[in-house]
This record gives sequence, structure tokens and C-alpha cells, in this order.
Amino acid sequence: MRLKLHVQPRPLLFIGVLLICWQIAINRHPGQLLPGPLSVLRAIGDLMHSGLLLKYIVASLFRVTWGFALGASLGIPLGLAIGWNRRAEMALNPLIQIFRPISPLAWIPVAILWFGVGDMAAVFLIFVGCFFPLLLTAMSAVHNIPALYIDAGRNFGLSPFAFVSRVLYPAVAPQLVVGMRITLGIAWLVVVAAEMIAVNSGLGFLIVDARNAGNRYDLVVAGMVIIGAIGLLLDLGMRSLERVKSFRWSYSED
Amino acid sequence: MSLTNAANTPAVAAMKLRAEQLCVAFERDSKSVSVLEDITFDISDGEFICIVGRSGCGKSTLLNVLAGFLAPTSGSVIIDGEPVHGPDPRRILVFQEHGVFPWLTVEGNIGFGLSKLPRAEREHRVAHYVQMIGLQGFERTYPSDLSGGMKQRLQVARALAVNPDILYLDEAFGALDSITRLAMRKELLRIWQTERRTIIFVTHDIDEAVQLADRVVVLSSNPARIEDILTIDIRRPRNISSPHYLELRDKLLEQIGQAYTV
Repeated sequence: MRLKLHVQPRPLLFIGVLLICWQIAINRHPGQLLPGPLSVLRAIGDLMHSGLLLKYIVASLFRVTWGFALGASLGIPLGLAIGWNRRAEMALNPLIQIFRPISPLAWIPVAILWFGVGDMAAVFLIFVGCFFPLLLTAMSAVHNIPALYIDAGRNFGLSPFAFVSRVLYPAVAPQLVVGMRITLGIAWLVVVAAEMIAVNSGLGFLIVDARNAGNRYDLVVAGMVIIGAIGLLLDLGMRSLERVKSFRWSYSED
Repeated sequence: MSLTNAANTPAVAAMKLRAEQLCVAFERDSKSVSVLEDITFDISDGEFICIVGRSGCGKSTLLNVLAGFLAPTSGSVIIDGEPVHGPDPRRILVFQEHGVFPWLTVEGNIGFGLSKLPRAEREHRVAHYVQMIGLQGFERTYPSDLSGGMKQRLQVARALAVNPDILYLDEAFGALDSITRLAMRKELLRIWQTERRTIIFVTHDIDEAVQLADRVVVLSSNPARIEDILTIDIRRPRNISSPHYLELRDKLLEQIGQAYTV
């Protein structure tokens, strides 16, 4: 497995130029609208120095990990089972379609009611945000298995367990990996929102706290930059999963 | 139900498969459309049968019924005296294309049906069939890196590896170019002659049928009935420009309703 980070000079150069323009604009028109890149950098330095940055990143990642893991371990098997079983799908699909368009953020009051202000509430919100996309990904992945593979699998007289592990699972794995990558992105969006309301640590809390406690917009933007950077790293990590040979087959279809 | 028929057939080769008055009808727009009607024939052990007919006439449907993937609306398929109730590893269907598992290597595909065998035996068999289909050096290759002909050989090898009595091929060479197709026919005949399995081969290619088959089952269209069962009495290796070959081919073309001039 190779994780190749193509560091291309041109986009980096472009970002550099934008940052310089930003700084120049701030210097010429100092005001309250936006902090400049230098003060944001200083704010990140302060956060690192006080140890708060690491603490908040760990807190956010902790919630995302649990929420995502719970969502995946329930949503994927359930989705595969529902997708496989036409009757189950007919029975459950309307319910799923009703729950699916409800933003995970709409669950915030319910989460606080059930779990109080704390990690559990945030984990629950991320779980809700991951569960439905993964459920639907798994269902459609099952629908998209070419009938040929199913017939070939049946022809060789596999036990139900062997059929699942040797035909069903490898056939859906590539689509699941793509779905998981997108869903992890959603989880990372949801955690910020959840932390603004339901807890008092994490990167989302950092942002809302910096604003409330003295309009420290340099810290707000610092938090945004950190969120963006970690989101990018998570996505790159999931992308490298797509390159595993036994998953890759569907991307290199002849 | 006639006992006399079953008891009094000490034929030269044992009977392998019997299709008895097969009918298949599909529901379409709340109307029943008949696809197969009253298909009856016998196939003896080790025989090479081709089924030909116009495209869309129901050849593949018939093959799916014979292989147990599709239950007939009426009638039955009897193999070795037992009615067929579903697919079975003793008879393997080879698909037109994309039938190999793309997530497994050449070795993994050939060994797919062998997981119950002890490791040494399995490896031995996989090596044997890799050799037979001439894919030495490609054991660890994934199907996406193989040519169409290689993939079809791989599919045939995967089928043969589980030692089936019957091999069903559904236009198995139809997606290949004409040169590869010729090579594949030779290969299949060679394998058939060394391993002696019953082969039922669906094709829309008349030449293919006359080159390969002991007997050719000709289907009519809409719904498919048996038009004729033609015995190809040419000795192998077959000379495909001999007058008798051309005569049989023309006869088949005529039965399918095609003139043999272009």
C-alpha cells in the first residue's frame, strides 16, 4: 500500500500568494472584519503552547471515532441485510427515507435530553450523521452486485457464511469504502456543530468559546484552519484505503 | 412416468440429462409470454451438445433452466435420474464475460470452488489447471490485467477445477475476437477430449456449432421450440472446408431462416 502525497508546487504557490494578498489587505485596512494570516498563525502558536490545541483535537477525534465506528458497525451490516432481503426493504425503506433527510443537527435537543451535556451526546449526534448514509450505501452496494457474481457464487455450492464472506463482502467492499470516505467527511462536519452546543471541549467548542469570551476572532479562524487541515488528512487516509488491491478491482474495470 | 422407457435403455453411452417437456413463461404487463415450449431431448454422458437459435429466442433461458438457475413453469430436467432443483457444483455454468471474480487472482479464481480440499491437493489442482489453460506466470495476476481470451480460459478452468460432470457454456466465446475465438474452440475441444465431460454449449454462431458439437439442437423463435436436432457426423479434427461441413452448415443456416449468401 502506497500513500503518495503529491506535493504540487503550483497550488501551494497560489495559496501562498493568496495569503500574502490577505495580509496586505489587512495591513492597509485594519478593522474588525477578519484577522490577518499572521495573527491567525500566532493564535495557533498560542494554542499549541498552552496544550489546548492537542487536547481539543484529541477530544474531537475521539468523538468522531466513536460515532463513526458505531454508525458503521450498525449501519453497514443492517444495510447489507436490508439490501439483500427484498421484503425487509419494502417494509423498512419508507421509514429510512423519512429519517434520512433529517439533519443530524436537528437531533441536538434530543441528544442533550437523552445524554446530557457531554461526550455521549456528541457521539450520538455523529452516530446519527453516519448511520443513515452508511445504511443507504450498503443497501445500494448490495443492489449493484452484478447478478453474474451471485449466480457464480451459488453455482459453487457455498454455505451461507462462505457466500457472504467470499462473494457478497468482496463485491460490495469497494463501494463501502467510497461511502465510508464520504461519511467520515460528514462526521467531521457534524462534530464541529455538536461541540458548539453539547460539550465544552473540542475544536467546535474552541470556535464558539473564542467568540463568546472576548471576540477572539484570531482563535476562531485558527480553529477553522485546524478543522480544515484535519479534515483533509482524514480524507487522504480514507483515500489510501481505496488503493488496497483487493478493493481496487472495481476502479480499474477493464 | 413410463417405467418401460427408463428401464429399457441399455444405450451405448449412459444417459446423462433429460429435458422433459420444458415450458417457461414470463409475466409481462400482466400477460403471460411463453418463452420455451415443449422442449424435450436426451443428452448422453460425455456428449458435446450445441444449442443454436436466433438471438433472443430463449437459448440462454433454456440453459439457465438446465443448470438449475431458473425453475421451469412446467416440465422437468433430470440429471443422472434425479430431478434438478437448483444450481449444483457438479455442473458449472460459464458466462459470456465478466464471470470471473475481479477481486481474486488467477490462482484465487481457479481455487474458488476448492476451499474444502486439503491445502496440498488444492494447490496441486490449481497448478494443473493454470498449466492447462496456459496461464503460467500469471498466477498472481488480477483479471483486470488479463485479456478477454485469458479471462474466458480462466472461467473455464475455474469450472473444470471442481471436477463437474456437466459444463454449461452460455455464448462463452461470443465476446471475443474471431481469432481468439478459433483458438478457444480448439482449446475447449482439447480439454473435452482429455477430460471427457458432458458439454452443453449455447451459441448463435453456426460455424462454432458445426465445429464443436456432436449434435446441434436448433431452436425456433417466439416461443422457442425444438426445430431439429442435427447430428454432426464429421470426424475430428474437423476439416472446416470439406463439402460435408459446408453442407451441414448450410442446413443449419437454412433452419434458422438465413440464406447463405451475403
